[in-house]
Amino acid sequence: MAHIVGAGDTGFGRHEGRTTIDLMTQAATAALADAGLRRGDIDGLICGYSTTHPHLMLATVFAEHFGLDPVYAHAMQAGGATGCAMTMLAARLADAGQCRRILVIGAENRATGQSRDSSIQTLAQVGHPDFEVPYGATIPAYYALLASRYMHVHGVTEADLAEFAVLMRGHAANCPGAHQAAPITVADVLASKPIAAPLKLLDCCPISDGGVALVVAAEAAGGGAHIAGMGQAHRHQHITHAADLTQTGAALAAERALEEAWAGLDDIDYLAVYDSFTITLTMLLEEIGFAPRGGAAAMARAGAFGPAGSLPLNTHGGLLAFGHCGVGGGMAHIAEAYRQLAGKAGARQVPDRRTAFVHGDGGVMSSHVSLVLRAE
Amino acid sequence: MEPLARHFWDGCAAGELRLRRCTSCDTWQTFPREFCTACGSTSLQWRRAAGTGTVHAATLVTRAPSDAFRPLVPYAILLVDLDEGVRMMAHGMPGLAIGQRVAVTFLAHEGRHLPRFVAL
Repeated sequence: MAHIVGAGDTGFGRHEGRTTIDLMTQAATAALADAGLRRGDIDGLICGYSTTHPHLMLATVFAEHFGLDPVYAHAMQAGGATGCAMTMLAARLADAGQCRRILVIGAENRATGQSRDSSIQTLAQVGHPDFEVPYGATIPAYYALLASRYMHVHGVTEADLAEFAVLMRGHAANCPGAHQAAPITVADVLASKPIAAPLKLLDCCPISDGGVALVVAAEAAGGGAHIAGMGQAHRHQHITHAADLTQTGAALAAERALEEAWAGLDDIDYLAVYDSFTITLTMLLEEIGFAPRGGAAAMARAGAFGPAGSLPLNTHGGLLAFGHCGVGGGMAHIAEAYRQLAGKAGARQVPDRRTAFVHGDGGVMSSHVSLVLRAE
Repeated sequence: MEPLARHFWDGCAAGELRLRRCTSCDTWQTFPREFCTACGSTSLQWRRAAGTGTVHAATLVTRAPSDAFRPLVPYAILLVDLDEGVRMMAHGMPGLAIGQRVAVTFLAHEGRHLPRFVAL
């Protein structure tokens, strides 16, 4: 049984002049300090890809740069699911006896390291190069297609989606280092600039600089969280190839993780769910089963996902408000779940959280990784 | 561009929508490949699609990814369920609704003829 024993982040936003490697270093340093460990204690390294620093051997580059001597190093790319997938791999490595303490890192200067057009075009390449990208598609456009269908089938409205943008801003207001913490209203979301209908600017996460690192260990260190269950599903890459937009693989990944943890949905008391767009969060919550189809927004309005609710959700503000720097964006969900279970969430601490569910989505609901974490 | 994709886009330039179908198990391909993902057969044929279908999903893009697409803003991107049973991405006339019956036309843009669906 592997454990998360430390987490660190850089805060998200604009870090002028800081490279991917700089931000990885800062996050790793913070995670080691949180875990009370030194470089020599780390024997495994897993790094997530960076679009501003595409390298064939990023893990080895970072091991040299940071001064690590790992027995196992690995660079991974699974889009937004990378953070959860790396954490899963780290847990399996620890369980297999390959490594004792693994540093898991995702960081990128996605906002300041490239032009906005460049960032948008790079991300659009998750689409098919011959049959999707040539139409001038973007990541928001792919998710807008999902949204249009989902809203049509399940009666979700644009105001319903907006609830989640408002909720995440509210959570970010209590989190130091959040990229966008100013409060907004449903009306603000509805009035924001159209990007790809039905999605407006405030339905989309910002593009941020930042990084997050975790330490995953074979042995508990007291007061952390153990990784009780893990599951994946990969049913399509391209939205054109997704057979059923209401069964994308998210529920399959969740079922596999819950089964390994011997847990049911009812056992979960904290949620960390990928929220690149308001529709992402809506679809994931409903497909996995935390909300009925078409009913996630009503639960949000009723306070279910707030700090005092039955299922506090992304208490750091998620991608929509804490920000999205690439791989680190999805890792911030894991870090926050760990902090809530370990009693390290400061002003955001929700009392008595025992079992967290974490979910990452890569591509266009393409790559799904779920984790179940339990308080030690 | 790889040859199978080239054949599709050449078809668009000639005003036709080309699809591939497995001759062994009759499975249509969403994206053309040299083999059938259903049965593994490498015996596939190009067919000319009727060019009619139903809108499955629709978005209107107002934030283009590049200078090449900025002159087209706002442009509609659709997922269309073709009558042959294949789903494809395409452009569409703005304002098309999910469930609406559509037929293909082609829009010359940046060296390609983009399939662009209009109300039937």
